[in-house]
Amino acid sequence: MIQVAWLVPLFPLLGFLITGLGRNKLGALSGWIASFAVLASFLVSLGIFLEVQHLHGEGEEGTGASIIVPVYEYINSGTMTAQISFQIDALSSLFLLVITGIGFLIHIYSISYMSHDDGYGKFFAYLNLFIFSMLLLVMGANYVLMFVGWEGVGLCSYLLIGFWYKNTEYTNAAKKAFVMNRIGDLGFLIGILMLFSKFNTLNFTDLQAAISSGQISVGYLTAIALCFFIGATGKSAQIPLFTWLPDAMAGPTPVSALIHAATMVTAGIYMVTRSHFIYTLAPVAQQVILIIGLATALIAATIATMQNDIKKVLAYSTVSQLGFMFMALGAGAYVAAVFHVVTHAFFKALLFLGSGSVIHAMGGEQDIRKMGGLKSSMKITYLTFLIGCVAIAGIPPLSGFFSKDEILMSVFKLGQYGKIFWVLGMLAALMTAYYMFRLLFVTFHGEFRGTADQKHHLHESPALMTIPLVILALLSAFGGMLGLPAITGAPHLLEEFLEPVLKTSLVAHPMVNALSHNAEIVLMGLAVMIAIMGISMGWFYYKKYNADSEPKGLAKMAQGKWYFDEIYHAIIVKPLLVLSKFMERWIEKSGIDALVNGVGKLIQASGDRLRYLQSGLVGFYLFMMVLGIILLFALQIWIL
Amino acid sequence: MPSQYYLFLSLALFCIGVMGVLMRRNAIIILMCIELMLNAVNLLMVTFSKMHNHADAQIFVFFIMVVAAAEVSVGLSVVVLMYRKTHSIDVNILNRLKN
Repeated sequence: MIQVAWLVPLFPLLGFLITGLGRNKLGALSGWIASFAVLASFLVSLGIFLEVQHLHGEGEEGTGASIIVPVYEYINSGTMTAQISFQIDALSSLFLLVITGIGFLIHIYSISYMSHDDGYGKFFAYLNLFIFSMLLLVMGANYVLMFVGWEGVGLCSYLLIGFWYKNTEYTNAAKKAFVMNRIGDLGFLIGILMLFSKFNTLNFTDLQAAISSGQISVGYLTAIALCFFIGATGKSAQIPLFTWLPDAMAGPTPVSALIHAATMVTAGIYMVTRSHFIYTLAPVAQQVILIIGLATALIAATIATMQNDIKKVLAYSTVSQLGFMFMALGAGAYVAAVFHVVTHAFFKALLFLGSGSVIHAMGGEQDIRKMGGLKSSMKITYLTFLIGCVAIAGIPPLSGFFSKDEILMSVFKLGQYGKIFWVLGMLAALMTAYYMFRLLFVTFHGEFRGTADQKHHLHESPALMTIPLVILALLSAFGGMLGLPAITGAPHLLEEFLEPVLKTSLVAHPMVNALSHNAEIVLMGLAVMIAIMGISMGWFYYKKYNADSEPKGLAKMAQGKWYFDEIYHAIIVKPLLVLSKFMERWIEKSGIDALVNGVGKLIQASGDRLRYLQSGLVGFYLFMMVLGIILLFALQIWIL
Repeated sequence: MPSQYYLFLSLALFCIGVMGVLMRRNAIIILMCIELMLNAVNLLMVTFSKMHNHADAQIFVFFIMVVAAAEVSVGLSVVVLMYRKTHSIDVNILNRLKN
């Protein structure tokens, strides 16, 4: 199965071509074609996943556990070669499963969700293109191919956020996402070029061997690592480039679930994990990642507590959870980060699809202040949403508890500052539980606050939408089994699985003062208590919600998203606009344009005068000729 | 006979040629004047060749004669065409490029 790994991205590409070219003819069929394309690559991924497990232990020193599947070499010029080749190992095969598996569920869901939309065929073409790009990103065996996929998901994100392109606000959100991503991409690109200028290769395996042999200064590696991290902040919505993600909720809800929760935003995590051999040798960069991740987790969580748009709450929650993942990366706990990626993909896709189901039932309403009491009319959605909330809040034995606990534990072990980081992380976890249950109570409990028309229209979504919800709910509930903590005595399946890929970094990063079992149990108990506290706070404040009074002070600032957008607008957008206006007026119009036009005018004017010399009289021409020759002679004799 | 005489004769012939080209409007006369200038130069060349005992200039003279012959044949045919078109050989009639 591994040798035909190229089939995995091929199916969505074919799906994209078929649904894209036949979007006006296929009608309802295009949704099924797209879904089956993804299903096919899911099955191939599953085969690959099962085979990858047998690779363990073979080969030498960490890199042996991967297989490179070459497909095509499209640049071969001097020292520069660029290949389409796929790297199959534990890490990429795990991501393949998540992308295609969750992608398939979301495709199925979309068939029903988008059924009344004019752009039905186009939507599925974009979705398949997105899956294709994401697969390229994950499977690429070198940074070039990864970058191709990286840009591809950025493009698809733009296309899908601005899917309802007739709404100016939505297209602006799409442009914002694209520009923010571009800023990050530039950092990533610079990092890649720095790597290439030093090593003349961009293959992961070659680079890992070259870097691990230690012929390069730490400063240079740190610079590369930070450049890569800038790319990751763009794609994975971290401070300072996170503001695009909440706006990206302008797209259809399945898009939010697929791109902005389950897959695309995890690209940054994947990239950092894939580059673990760089980060392990650049501790300063790791510190930066840890701090940025923590700050993002906290700030996004505070914003999420005050939002009233169901999708905005989930969007900020995503940003916050991504912050957790980066904390893990910063602490060198790559397995924990990947673990959280997986569990987060389960429950966040579930929550987004659940919110889509709610929005569908409410006829497009997204403001939770106008909902309430939905649990009686939408039983399946309510129950699955509840499971999602419990999972993300961190109540054992649901999946979110294990992954989040592992992250916080790894941060705790980091030495003296680790304790502070741990406390702050706990605070973010508290807020997570609080805002999720606030959302749940306000949306599903209490009295219905919408119009009578909406109340009449309330209904459970069709089976095509609820089945993916149920599957995702099961995954969210039991996904935690992948990585049980050591005290349970059960093996940590994920760590065993990923160990061959990350071996060098795991060895290089011995956990300082590893915790005793007792300390671990105490920390876990604290985490559970914190989660329960957050839930009860949510219950206390919002069990009987009625349209809130205006928030004041800090709460108002949190509702205003700490004014990040306004600050960016004031310090970047506005000066840039002023500068651009100045440039346009004085450099472009009065400078370059005037110069170019001036040359033209000069020639025209002089031609206008000299025209009179062209009289047509041969005698005159001859006379001028003779005069000219005499002048030349005079020049020759008297001057030179 | 001193060679200055030849030089002055050549100069005089050349000037006559130049003035003829400048003054006359008859195309055939202009062609003739050009020939006069060419031959003035030929005379000059031969004179210098004699003065410096050097044969190069005489070879040049042959070239000039050949070129002059070619030039005259072209020039005359142009004049013939011009006459057919305009029934005149006055060069000042040809003051337009179009038509």
